[in-house]
Amino acid sequence: MKAFTALMFRDMRLSVRVGGGALMGALFFLIVVTMMPFALGPDLNLLARIGPAILWLGALLASLLALDRLFATDHDDGSLDLLMMGRMPLELAVAAKAIAHWLTTALPLVVISPVLGLMLNVELQAMGAVALTLLAGTPALTFIGLVGAALSVALRRGGLLLAVLVLPLTVPVLIFGVAAANAAIVGPAPFGPPFTILCALSLASLVLGPFAAAAALRHGLE
Amino acid sequence: MQLRGNNVVCTRGGREVFAGLNFSLSAGEALVVTGRNGAGKSSLLRVIAGLVHLAGGQLELDGGEPDTSIAEQAHYVGHQDAVKPSLTVGENLEFWARYLGGIDLPIDLALQAVDLARLINLPAAYLSAGQRRRLSIARLVAVPRTLWLLDEPTSALDVPSQNRLAELMRSHLAGGGMIVAAAHGPIGLERPRELQIGPP
Repeated sequence: MKAFTALMFRDMRLSVRVGGGALMGALFFLIVVTMMPFALGPDLNLLARIGPAILWLGALLASLLALDRLFATDHDDGSLDLLMMGRMPLELAVAAKAIAHWLTTALPLVVISPVLGLMLNVELQAMGAVALTLLAGTPALTFIGLVGAALSVALRRGGLLLAVLVLPLTVPVLIFGVAAANAAIVGPAPFGPPFTILCALSLASLVLGPFAAAAALRHGLE
Repeated sequence: MQLRGNNVVCTRGGREVFAGLNFSLSAGEALVVTGRNGAGKSSLLRVIAGLVHLAGGQLELDGGEPDTSIAEQAHYVGHQDAVKPSLTVGENLEFWARYLGGIDLPIDLALQAVDLARLINLPAAYLSAGQRRRLSIARLVAVPRTLWLLDEPTSALDVPSQNRLAELMRSHLAGGGMIVAAAHGPIGLERPRELQIGPP
């Protein structure tokens, strides 16, 4: 347990220090969402209608942005070798890294999403719903991305492979996330079913992701 | 306690690096692995550390802790120092002590042993190559593990640091530890066992 928290806090500390990627995702999210009204024009009704989708898409891309570094930096400086020699199972070590990553890169997105919703003319109540769906859905993005990050280190390929591998797997999360947000805002479909599926996606990837990522890292040993 | 390698085979990138390597090492002994560049000295250390798949043969650690792999009873110091530039010297070592040891271990003594105690609050980005190597060696002192796997441990170290490392290695051996080191020159141990890979 000590090893788990030690790794988690180290990764959180690294990402908030100089050179870390914590704010990069949030900044990217901010840029995507603020530029969108300029591109679409000042049609407030249109913005309100597609606002949740823009927020979700922005969050998806922003959370992918920093994933590339999740294992690559540890691999490059030799830390990954030592992480594999710990007494804690590699699955737990990988999960600790993913949780730290979620707390430092995805959680800020959830927190700032209501503020950004203002720019898209999304109503106050709806912004709460969007933030709630992001809170429930972003763990799935992180833990699916974890597998891609491990594979790209194991196969010694860069970020392109990560995007190609991870993006198709995140499509269901995007679909149900936006569906739940829209259900809460415009209806008529109920909020419950898509939201529970979103939670299920997160829980399933929370369990499966670390095993798949650890298997990828072990396979990449050479 | 004994580390035994029987007919060890290593392949990397589809190419056989070495095959049929036999060695054994008892508690309190050191094994120096020599050989030309590319002979497989580093590969052998990585195989023992469990970081490269064992392509053939057996590797056993007799009399070690039951139900733990060799890797979990070994320290590995490779060419990379596993030092994070944005953490301080103390934070770096504290993390590895907690991660590898699983408990809170005093790091002050370990830093003193490598003469880095006064830099404890300095971000590791400002360390020289030799100081980074010393920080990486401090890990060996902070977390007790039986087997030390050292890949050219003296590289980047000045003469006083090399002597200090030799002193640490001698006390590790005196305490019943084992060392496998890859080296091109003497590493400051008297009459270690030698394992030559490939032609001299």
